[in-house]
Amino acid sequence: MPADRHTGRRTADVVIIGGGIHGCSAALHLAARGYTVAVLEKDSIGRHASGANAGGVRRLGRATAEVPLSVRAAAMWREIEALVHDHCGYRESRYLKIGFTEDELESAHRRVRVLQQQGFSHEDVIDRATLHDLLPAAAPGCLGALHVAGDGYAQPYRTVQAFRRRAEALGARIEEGSPVQGIAQHGRTWRVTTPRMTVEAPVVVNAAGAWGGELAAKLGDRIPLSAHAPMLAITTRMAPFVEAVVGLLGDALSLKQFENGTVLIGGGVRGIAESATNRTHLDVAGLRRFLTAATRVFPHLKGMQINRFWAGIEGYTPDDLPVIGHGGAEGVVHSFGYSAHGFQLAPAAGALVADLAEGRSPDLDLIPFAPDRFARAEPP
Amino acid sequence: MTDLAVIGAGPAGLAAAARAAEGGLDVLLLDENPAPGGQVWRGMAEASRAQLSTMAPDHARARAAVARLRSTSARYRPGATVWQLAASARGIELGHTAAGAVHLTEIPHVIVATGAQERPFPIPGWTLPGVLTAGGAQTLLKSSGLVARDAVLAGTGPLLYLLAVQLISAGAPPKAILDTASTAARRRALRHLPAAILSPAPLLKGLAWRRQIRGAGVPHIEAVTSLAIEGETEATAIHWRTEAGETGHLEASHILLHQGVVPSTNLTMAAGLDHEWDDAQLAWRPRTDRWGRTSHPAIHVAGDGAGIEGWEAAEARGEIAALDALQAAGHLTESARDRAAEGPMRTRRTATRLRPFLDALYRPATQFLVPEAPATIVCRCEEITAGELAPLIATGLRGPNQLKSFSRAGMGACQGRFCGLTVQAMISAATGQSAVETGYYRLRPPVKPVPLGAFADMTVEEPADAG
Repeated sequence: MPADRHTGRRTADVVIIGGGIHGCSAALHLAARGYTVAVLEKDSIGRHASGANAGGVRRLGRATAEVPLSVRAAAMWREIEALVHDHCGYRESRYLKIGFTEDELESAHRRVRVLQQQGFSHEDVIDRATLHDLLPAAAPGCLGALHVAGDGYAQPYRTVQAFRRRAEALGARIEEGSPVQGIAQHGRTWRVTTPRMTVEAPVVVNAAGAWGGELAAKLGDRIPLSAHAPMLAITTRMAPFVEAVVGLLGDALSLKQFENGTVLIGGGVRGIAESATNRTHLDVAGLRRFLTAATRVFPHLKGMQINRFWAGIEGYTPDDLPVIGHGGAEGVVHSFGYSAHGFQLAPAAGALVADLAEGRSPDLDLIPFAPDRFARAEPP
Repeated sequence: MTDLAVIGAGPAGLAAAARAAEGGLDVLLLDENPAPGGQVWRGMAEASRAQLSTMAPDHARARAAVARLRSTSARYRPGATVWQLAASARGIELGHTAAGAVHLTEIPHVIVATGAQERPFPIPGWTLPGVLTAGGAQTLLKSSGLVARDAVLAGTGPLLYLLAVQLISAGAPPKAILDTASTAARRRALRHLPAAILSPAPLLKGLAWRRQIRGAGVPHIEAVTSLAIEGETEATAIHWRTEAGETGHLEASHILLHQGVVPSTNLTMAAGLDHEWDDAQLAWRPRTDRWGRTSHPAIHVAGDGAGIEGWEAAEARGEIAALDALQAAGHLTESARDRAAEGPMRTRRTATRLRPFLDALYRPATQFLVPEAPATIVCRCEEITAGELAPLIATGLRGPNQLKSFSRAGMGACQGRFCGLTVQAMISAATGQSAVETGYYRLRPPVKPVPLGAFADMTVEEPADAG
């Protein structure tokens, strides 16, 4: 990033605010296309939701508007080492959402039919016998499941760092401990000030996660966003009993066992986020909900020990779909509000953000993610 | 309904619970151990006269403290592990497990009296079977009468000499004491001697221990600068070097290590309270005022958990914190509180006169805080060595949390108790950052592992102010 000798100001083609996985992925794609990029991160890379999520690499159960993006991302995950020069701990297995009632399974069948009409065939429904073959440890009450072969998981923190390192290797500048203090447009240039430097660039990317709503307001866009802290629990090590990632059709659950024997249990039940102080608090009644759900599928978990709970601060939009697109002012691109399911999308979303920053029209329909969709929805 | 929960039934917790109950509060005393006394008075309330003879001579105080508690209305719940402490809208949310069940309750006020833990001692071989901490060995001695025979004691700190004396009394004198207090530390400590002499009792006790050790013919090797434990599957020998450059080697299957204690801060850190670095004690402690009040007005910390001062000061600090809690609850006026606190405040002052001398004398040397040999294990839960961490620090990682995410150091069941200070010291040594700049692990509940199944049947007790 060149610096002006007299003013100390640095210039870049694109300044990205937020060093989570989406900011780092956009930086990687832009740097690979030859642009100078600066990433400004208020804390450290991957400090919040990007580094503290469950690492699910999942197409299963996505909102239909998100399926094309997710399917594209899945293909990129299979080649993740070529993209970021690290395996990211990526493991392909299968993803299941188990049903306990015939009604739940019927809804799964309906969903598969809708997806097939749209040309997507990755999801199917497996019956009880197949389910128990796949998951011998599952309780007898598990009647079947919505299922995807080929989905899996990665190690979130390692993955963010891999995107970061690859972006840096391609020339991107990453600045940690750099909260934005001022941001203003001067002519066609955005000037961003942090305690350590001023960066000027014609394009600014808002990848500020849970803090993206506040930043959008400073960029002139009102985008509703709320911060929550989806909670996760990890057990001490236990003998291997499940290879698939397991969720439920009728309740919040996401469960996987890592190679070291620890079991990660989450599912999006929210704790309390204090985004101003970076703190999160547990909602213990919520913990009871998803831990109980876990023992409904795997009763033997009751005897196991929880080693740690944690929660990362994430931004949620009113419709739980991300915000990806141009802002109202010139040179603004938003990419935030992934509502706790953005990890898998990151390799593909970063490329779309690079398209937008370049001024090219992306080859994927971004209308469901339009930044002004909430303003349009408001009554006059 | 409970007005006050006290966590920990050592000297501070027993005094706090008793005083608060005497003053009219409804007190719940939670303790992890099966019997009261904490670490320093472990087993004393139930010990036989014969057992007591091998224990510290303070047992009368222990019995008195327990008897006082039993004479109050305070409810004492042993075998209770607190794993969650957090500010909530209506007070303090407190989660604990007892007998396999998870309890969650909101309490207006909490006094944390969780005491101290031993400082990590990362030398080659410190995790081998046969190696215990001096505190661990003392626990076995007090709770089960198990004696480590022909043990080699290595390190520094009063507990090391106390244990030597206890082993001698139990008929199992140690094979040797390898003393890591440096000549420079001794010199620095002398500066604090005049103040220490004003309260001579502990000093005399220390001298008596030394005489006893010499009298029993236990070799005492001083100014040891390097230690390495040898053995493949278990400890077989210990090797050392002294300041004078002399080396030594002893075969030993029992090696007891100790280099002081530090406040046990996992619970107070997980609760999000402000902490500060104590450079004299090389440890973190919650920031407290003279009443033990933390950065949260409804949480006090009493005893060694708020800075190491020893059990006599801990009793006084328990008393003081309880008086402040009584005042906060409206059971005492400020002036009544202040009057009642005069005695305990004086006791605390007297009991801590020796502290600067002890802190200087027993300050661990850098090479025992920052592992020198790459093969030395730093995180024993995840078996991560100094040689694995050093290159990560060299890539520019500036804090323990980043290092934890990259290496898994600190992710095990001990929640960093055995590696946190070592990781912090390694980063500071490599970067030149101060302890505060480097910081410490962000700690998460549960502070101790909790049974998953217990959550399904969790008891959520009614808040104290519900009708």
